[in-house]
Amino acid sequence: MAKMTLEDLRKLRESKRQQMDMRSPDNKTADIIVSMGTSGIAAGAKDTLKAFVEELESQGLTNVAVRQVGGMGLEHAEPTVEVRVPDMPRVIYGTVDADVARAIVRRHVMGKELVNEHIFDRPAADIVEDGKQGE
Amino acid sequence: MAYNQYILVCGGTACMSSKAEDIYCNLLDELDAAGVRQDVQVVKTGCFGFCEKGPIVKVLPDEAFYVEVKPEDAKELVAEHVVKGRAVDRLLYREADSKENAKIDDISFYQKQVRVVLRNCGFINPESIEEYIARDGYAALEQVLTEMSGDDVIAELEKSGLRGRGGAGFPTFKKWSFTKQVEGGQKYVVCNADEGDPGAYMDRSILEGDPHNVLEAMAIAGYTVGADSGYIYIRAEYPLAIRRLQKAIEDATEMGLLGDNILGTDFSFSVEIRLGAGAFVCGEETALLASIEGERGMPRPRPPFPAVKGLWDQPTVINNVETWANIPVIITKGGDWFAKIGNGASKGTKVFALTGKIRNSGLVEVPMGTPLRDIVYNVGGGIPDGKAFKAVQTGGPSGGVITADYIDVPIDFEHLQELGSIMGSGGMIVMDEDDCMLDVAKFYLEFTVEESCGKCAPCRVGGRKLHTILDKISKGQGKPEHLDQIAEIGLSMQRASLCGLGQTAPNPALSVIRYFRDEIEAHITEQQCPAGVCKDLVQYFILPDKCIGCTLCARRCPVNVISGERKQVHEIDQSGCIKCGECYEACKFGAVARR
Repeated sequence: MAKMTLEDLRKLRESKRQQMDMRSPDNKTADIIVSMGTSGIAAGAKDTLKAFVEELESQGLTNVAVRQVGGMGLEHAEPTVEVRVPDMPRVIYGTVDADVARAIVRRHVMGKELVNEHIFDRPAADIVEDGKQGE
Repeated sequence: MAYNQYILVCGGTACMSSKAEDIYCNLLDELDAAGVRQDVQVVKTGCFGFCEKGPIVKVLPDEAFYVEVKPEDAKELVAEHVVKGRAVDRLLYREADSKENAKIDDISFYQKQVRVVLRNCGFINPESIEEYIARDGYAALEQVLTEMSGDDVIAELEKSGLRGRGGAGFPTFKKWSFTKQVEGGQKYVVCNADEGDPGAYMDRSILEGDPHNVLEAMAIAGYTVGADSGYIYIRAEYPLAIRRLQKAIEDATEMGLLGDNILGTDFSFSVEIRLGAGAFVCGEETALLASIEGERGMPRPRPPFPAVKGLWDQPTVINNVETWANIPVIITKGGDWFAKIGNGASKGTKVFALTGKIRNSGLVEVPMGTPLRDIVYNVGGGIPDGKAFKAVQTGGPSGGVITADYIDVPIDFEHLQELGSIMGSGGMIVMDEDDCMLDVAKFYLEFTVEESCGKCAPCRVGGRKLHTILDKISKGQGKPEHLDQIAEIGLSMQRASLCGLGQTAPNPALSVIRYFRDEIEAHITEQQCPAGVCKDLVQYFILPDKCIGCTLCARRCPVNVISGERKQVHEIDQSGCIKCGECYEACKFGAVARR
């Protein structure tokens, strides 16, 4: 990519922000977001990621994006995964091994129900998004 | 079939032991009775970390957070909340000092955590500069380059009250203004990512989860003080953080957010990575700078401070990773916004790495001044296995303990110092009744003796002396005068050591003598370790009247020194016992005793 001007940076921010905002009603894809920090990977996040990709493939689901992020600090519950499915609450799952990953695809993404025993609480409100509401 | 509501019942150990299972079943029954079972899913969750107020029930998408729920409340929750859509006020969580009920989006958030530094960790792909930009990334740099002078930036930092997060808590705006005030010449910006305290890993997590945040902050500092070049000193043990930083630097350079003429202005700034070999002393700023220069990592006397005479004798702004991570948000949201968070002269938040005897270990970011009780019980979920809280070690090998008596003291720079501990980098190791405080102090001294660079005598000799004394006490060879000797050597080290490593090395020992004198004296006068940790003072033996001969202890013993026939009283051969305590933990009949 070429070097950006101020104008380019603002445009990129706006377009990418809309793309990332899962609350926009016209966005119908689901997101599976795997925490891949050192702690997550040590707890098996690579196997988890692989299980998600394989299960989505075998179920023929093409409208689900699997993404990676850094750790969110829930070390006691690694590997952690956030699942965003349109018209359902955003949920964080903890201790997601390959079996739980497959269960999440089948029950949460396809069956539209939450998976027992693995939901954890988001650690804090989002100050970046909060700021926007105030503007 | 889709549900339109979800009821989450906390399935953590603590909530389960206070009838969360019954709540779960009752909710299902009540939903059936009301004929709405098909619309609402009831889910058991993992631990929500709010165990003191358990059992917890949360309703989504309404975000209602109910605490101390009883099984008989299920009927009202279903009848009122689910059927009539009215929250059950009496069960909603309230802040102790406010009458407002807490909903998730409120500022007085039930969770105690406020994530400023970690705002992007777990939200964005750290390898995607676009995702960082979408969350206001590089907006601070943009603002600084277009609207602010260097003095404006420093004024904003002064308003924010930000202090260094690496340990000592020096006001950041002062550091920056010292460097800025030097006229002309080459200047540098350095990021200290040589995280070395045992148990602390917040810097690693920030760099792995949000590397651009640190790069943006460094560029802002470069613009403010007039530096065109920056270094990140990071230990080679953090390969993932290094890889992501490298990628971030490449992406930012390619897009013109680092490098020459940033965003078309005449400001240029580049960043390079330097790897450290993992010496603890290189976290000390002058030793770190020596290491970047290619010299042996040893501290030098200050003053002159790096702000005036640093890297290659040029003025250098050097800050810790967590300090950097606060800068962009202070610019975009303003110093006043930041100063509203925190307590007294300690503004903003602090990230703690909560480890040890705690249910929910992990990274915790709370406003400065949050009492230890909230961190341990409301965020960390308390002590596992029903054991009693004994103390928390803050500040790692440079800090000290906070005991149960001080659990309600606000955690900020000033209060920690009063208690004889320090903030340090934010390691927080929780200890329970099974931990021996002498052993803890010995562990930290072993670490600092090992990591001392050897340049100055107080640290090199004093540290070893202290360790020898503690070792003797742990072996039952302690003398009453040892305690005074520790105090004396400790004082000399604090006053005469060259750098922070030696000045703070005696802190753990001094701190346990201050708060756990009885326990240390028991080692000396009674030759006993009350927690049963110091191996030379502990003996395991079997009580003949309680032993039923189940053979469990004999099977668990790793060195096979427990003998006895089935259904006969067993015996431990003391000569071969390694005092691991396996038999003590294994026995279901309390027949293994310790003295």
